[in-house]
Amino acid sequence: MTTEPPGTERRGGIFRRLGSRHTWIRHPPVTGPLRRSSEDRLAGGVAAGLAARTGLDVTVVRIGFVVAALFSLFGAAVYVVGWLLIPAAGADGNIAGKAVTDRRGIALAAGLVSLLVVVLIIASALHANWLNTLAWPLVICVAGITLIWRNAPPDEQVVLRRLAEPLLGLAQGSSSRRRTVARIVVAALALGLGLIWLLTGNPDQSTLRQIAGVILVVAAIAILLGPWWLRIARDLVVERQARIRAEERADMAARLHDSVLQTLALIQRRAEHPQQVIQLARAQERELRAWLFDGHAPGSLDGQDLTLAAGILLIQQEVEAQHEVPVEAVTVGDCDLDDDLRALLAAAREATVNAVKWSGAPVVSIFAEVEPGQVALFVRDRGRGFDPTAVPPDRKGLAQSIHARMARRGGTVVVRTAPGQGTEVSLTMPRPAGERQPGRP
Amino acid sequence: MTSPAAGVAEQGHRPRVVIVDDHGLFRSGVRSELGDQVEVVGEADDVTPAIAVISECLPDVVLLDVHLPGGGGQAVVTALRASLPQVRFLALSASDAPEDVIAVIRAGARGYVTKTISGPDLVDAVRRVAGGDTVFSPRLAGFVLDAFAARPGDSPGVPSLDPELDQLTPREREVLRLIARGYTYKEIARELYISVKTVESHVSSVLRKLQLSTRHQLTRWATERRLA
Repeated sequence: MTTEPPGTERRGGIFRRLGSRHTWIRHPPVTGPLRRSSEDRLAGGVAAGLAARTGLDVTVVRIGFVVAALFSLFGAAVYVVGWLLIPAAGADGNIAGKAVTDRRGIALAAGLVSLLVVVLIIASALHANWLNTLAWPLVICVAGITLIWRNAPPDEQVVLRRLAEPLLGLAQGSSSRRRTVARIVVAALALGLGLIWLLTGNPDQSTLRQIAGVILVVAAIAILLGPWWLRIARDLVVERQARIRAEERADMAARLHDSVLQTLALIQRRAEHPQQVIQLARAQERELRAWLFDGHAPGSLDGQDLTLAAGILLIQQEVEAQHEVPVEAVTVGDCDLDDDLRALLAAAREATVNAVKWSGAPVVSIFAEVEPGQVALFVRDRGRGFDPTAVPPDRKGLAQSIHARMARRGGTVVVRTAPGQGTEVSLTMPRPAGERQPGRP
Repeated sequence: MTSPAAGVAEQGHRPRVVIVDDHGLFRSGVRSELGDQVEVVGEADDVTPAIAVISECLPDVVLLDVHLPGGGGQAVVTALRASLPQVRFLALSASDAPEDVIAVIRAGARGYVTKTISGPDLVDAVRRVAGGDTVFSPRLAGFVLDAFAARPGDSPGVPSLDPELDQLTPREREVLRLIARGYTYKEIARELYISVKTVESHVSSVLRKLQLSTRHQLTRWATERRLA
């Protein structure tokens, strides 16, 4: 598959170049670190880089690689390793550095190598022992090219794609039925012929025939399975990209709803208070900027760099916008949010929404105080209240979600209510003794 | 402007009010919300005219915007406090920096309400201030608790001139917390098994401490907030 040494394509270039006049030594060697050339390259630019560093003509270096590759594939292996380890000109690091973190690429390379090893074992069982000398360079080439394929920068991937074009062309041809049939016939013929050559061959016969046999078998496998494998890989990539895009879109819509749309709703409701409208617009602008340029997600409390007071302000704005009931929020002191306090805020939000939805009170009050050892938060309304022993099931669920949420984090909940007496939910969350910040407006 | 000083005490129990705010729209809004429950005897839109109108009208209560172009509500209170002790100030604002609100209170205002207050509540607040009481909105209670919060690292080296003035008692703290939680004085009285009068005296005492305290911490609190 992608195991062909870079030399195959390079040779054409060399023959072309041999026609032109050249000397062996082109220029004095360039000092400085060894870099792969990005301008004068046929594959990875290793030869050009070496040529620039040593002062040799690039064609001479290329011929050297090809000859070494023809003898034992050793040249190809060296070339691939060079491609991996030598950074491209102008790049910060080499491909190997990136490949180390590419777990899927490593897994893929390992898979291909093990497949290759199986082929080699079969071959040696069929008395093609000469293959053993090629084993290591072949393994290095396969693994290296796989990693390069996955981790090379885009411009180098273009080069790789050009090198692999014949193979891709084969894969794309699979859409036509007649070509599929032709492909299978060709593969079957190649497989049969190759196996016959291998099985009937004895060590005395020319090794050329055995080489041809192995090549035919490998080619048959590639022709049969290559297109399928390529298509699956491509489908996987396409599907993954589509999923990521859809997720990003949904996330974006949710964030915009939580932030911008809600602020716009608030602004409409407060049109008669220019001061508040300005404040809202400013806050929204800040938030939007923080999102667009610093990556702080608006709207959600999770993973956000909020303080407690800012979180309560957010709850106040959200609930007011969604339910059109004013929420009076007072905070004393402030501190950064941790997971415990996020749970506290989530419970407080739940309690506030409950009060707004069920109490019928014209206003709901939130009061939070940051004390050295705990944060106390009260949500109170003067609405109709309820009998805690005769709670309708739907409210019980919410109350439990508040209770459960707080209990998981070691907090406590006290609900004080009676019919006609209003409701007050007291939430307390212990916190590690820390510096208490003065409140912010 | 209405005619000045027309029958100061002969208007029954309707408190006489001057509204000081730089937004004309807001003044007329407040005026219509107060309705005929109070008598609006004057209006002003800045510090200097406010001082003139108040000295002329001698109202019972001045509804004072915290933010005024020429120095803020604080300047009005400071200028008139000594010469007109009978005039009471009720601070009013949309949503202001706590240190500005506290500054107006420290200058001598008897209370603070937010502009989102409903008409009847505002009338009630004006009546109470006119009657010599204090009006603590939940937000002001929060500000005061914040300002008086005990902080562990609070400069132990600086001796307090008057410890009495520099600390809130636990009871006062409790009362303030309940105000911040949205309780009315009556509800607080029921909650703490005390009389409404006692609640009022606690709040007045807090106000006194706020105004008289030379507390190092209040200054520091304000400074910190400005930096924040």
